[in-house]
Amino acid sequence: MNTINLALRNLWRNHRRSLTTLLAMIVGAVSILLFGGYSGNINYGLQSGFVQHSGHLQIQHKDYFLYGSGNPAAYGIPNYQHIIDVVQNDAVLKPMLTVVTPTLNLGGIAGNFSQGVSRTVIGAGVVIDDQNRMRRWNDYGFPYHFKSLALTGTSPDSAVIGTGVARVLQLCGPLQVKHCPQAPAKVVTDGARAPDDIAALSAQEASGQPAQADTHIELLAANAHGAPNVAGLNVVKAELQGVKELDDLYVMLHLQQAQKLVYGGDAPQATAVVLQLQHTSQLPAARARLEELLRTTLKGEALEVHDFATLNPSYGQITGMFAAIFGFIAILIGAIVLFTVGNTMSMAVVERTVEIGTLRAIGLRRGGIRRLFVTEGLLLGVIGSVLGVLAALALAWLINHGGLTWTPPGNVEPVPLMVRVWGEARMIVGTAIGLTVVAVLSAWWPARRAARLEIVDALRHV
Amino acid sequence: MNPVVLRNVAKHYRLDAVDVPALTDINVEIHAERFTVLSGPSGSGKTTLLNLIGCIDRPDSGELLVDGQEVLKLKDDALSDFRARRIGFVFQNFNLLPVLSAYENVEYPLLLSGKALNATQRRERVRALLDAVGLSDKANNRPGQLSGGQRQRVAIARALATEPMLVLADEPTANLDSHTGASIIELMRKMQRELRVSFVFSSHDPQVLAAADDVISIRDGRITDIRRLDHAVGTHPQPSPVPVQAHGHQQASRLEGTA
Ligand SMILES: Nc1ncnc2c1ncn2[C@@H]1O[C@H](COP(=O)(O)OP(=O)(O)OP(=O)(O)O)[C@@H](O)[C@H]1O
Ligand SMILES: [Mg+2]
Repeated sequence: MNTINLALRNLWRNHRRSLTTLLAMIVGAVSILLFGGYSGNINYGLQSGFVQHSGHLQIQHKDYFLYGSGNPAAYGIPNYQHIIDVVQNDAVLKPMLTVVTPTLNLGGIAGNFSQGVSRTVIGAGVVIDDQNRMRRWNDYGFPYHFKSLALTGTSPDSAVIGTGVARVLQLCGPLQVKHCPQAPAKVVTDGARAPDDIAALSAQEASGQPAQADTHIELLAANAHGAPNVAGLNVVKAELQGVKELDDLYVMLHLQQAQKLVYGGDAPQATAVVLQLQHTSQLPAARARLEELLRTTLKGEALEVHDFATLNPSYGQITGMFAAIFGFIAILIGAIVLFTVGNTMSMAVVERTVEIGTLRAIGLRRGGIRRLFVTEGLLLGVIGSVLGVLAALALAWLINHGGLTWTPPGNVEPVPLMVRVWGEARMIVGTAIGLTVVAVLSAWWPARRAARLEIVDALRHV
Repeated sequence: MNPVVLRNVAKHYRLDAVDVPALTDINVEIHAERFTVLSGPSGSGKTTLLNLIGCIDRPDSGELLVDGQEVLKLKDDALSDFRARRIGFVFQNFNLLPVLSAYENVEYPLLLSGKALNATQRRERVRALLDAVGLSDKANNRPGQLSGGQRQRVAIARALATEPMLVLADEPTANLDSHTGASIIELMRKMQRELRVSFVFSSHDPQVLAAADDVISIRDGRITDIRRLDHAVGTHPQPSPVPVQAHGHQQASRLEGTA
């Protein structure tokens, strides 16, 4: 008759109470795991989005991140093509890379001068084919259906704008933007017209082109010499961006066009070389290697490397928030399990006082009594954790196959609601061990009390 | 050597800041291989004395030798081990472990005492004991499936499992009808003779008193009388003028012939 067998029988003896205790543990484990799986899924989703759009790592001109955004003239990388070659041909980096691509971000003013409207925008000049490849990154197996960018296969002067930009530039009609309210009656103000020199630039840019479509806009930016320059763009689509601030500012255009606008006839530059890796887990190694390259092969270049979490501070904020909620839930459930198991074991000790006295009289040591009750707590913990994990896996499966959808923050379209429990070995093992430890701890005090009972008092107990 | 020697033992309880003397100036020896009964009215201190002898309680003062050992000097764990090896208990309320079968209840002290028995020897021993108390067919029953008399038989088998030198029983027949009580006394008497163990009882049951070798009378926590019956002389209990001195302490496999 070993201790585990005896403990199991004692638990079974009051199986209703044991089952209630187990149920509390199961509900606790399920809550922790489902919430953990849900927030884990959000983390992966956010990460996938950021990696698809801005890669894992970006090589930028030194200080561009802090001081240079929107100022490609001062913070461009002149020899970005050389850097791309070095990175792509590096023996260490090569096997990790999926895409290496340059981008050019610029601040400017987009105008529909024929309508007399304009607004400040942020333009992103990108290599469309590379971007399409980046959007295919799906290391966490989300049920995305991949769509090529609207700029795929378009002429170099094409652009995509945020719906907010389309609204202000009064392009909703021509671009057939849904849910785009009619522009209010135009407020006529003195001096609302573009200055003559800008109008002249615009006219000059427009000259020699066929009759302008009603989706034509001009993008005005400072060129590398500090003078204003204008690029004519044909908007092919207005796309809703997940965040209103971005939706009101966003213009995506071909890299060449952006470079022409900023650098004119000079050698083109880029503001970043974007690296996308096969797996996020490779990030530290890739980063270390890049920094090594910056110290050796690419020595002398004023460059720095940033990862996606630095480039997108909201990633850390959102994951941090979920981690805090997760911690809160885990502590709460830990406390509930502590008191539930503690209460169960205390009741067992009181009920079995005479039995404790008997066992002590026939020669069981104090340690043996303590071991018996702690083992019961341990068994409750182990059984509750195992059943809880199984229940969480089953529930997660049901949720994942239940066809529920939701729209995460920053997303445009609803995505299937997923909780990732299966495969999250660290979370599962951590939760199971955590709950078991809590159960053992809460059995410890009643067990100690049981062991300290005076034999004669225990035997006389009624 | 006498299995139990008490010298100047005293014990009191404290109840609401009032001292209640339970035992005063106890000087007595329990003789080996005898059926000794502590007799006295309710509240006289029988249970208190048995608890001291059983090493599950400590006196306030005095000396206590059990099996030649100064048990009051032992630490708790050593005392537990000592009880496991040397002393068997039979309780008024049987006190079997409800989750264990009759067989397992008898086996449990064998596992506790750390006796060097292999699995086969252990099985044989438990079977022999259950056989001896007439319960071989109930080996797999839990206590809840046994009558009071049957439970007490299992308890007797359990008390004898480790071949203790001393078995203590606090009113073992009090919860049984007189017929069943008589058969339990008979059983204990038989086992005591066969295994040559010392039995100490507390009881006011006349049937128990009638079966006794030695009767120690207590009143108000003091020993008032010790009568020792000399079996060599006759079958009727008589006061023995000269205390019967210790019989040789038999250790060798006492269960032979009972299996
Ligand atoms: N735990 C205790 N606290 C206080 N007083 C106690 C305690 N246990 C026993 N007593 C007192 O000690 C005295 C002896 O009690 P004990 O139980 O030894 O008597 P007993 O002879 O076994 O009686 P009975 O035949 O009724 O079982 C009694 O006066 C009793 O009230
Ligand atoms: Mg009593």
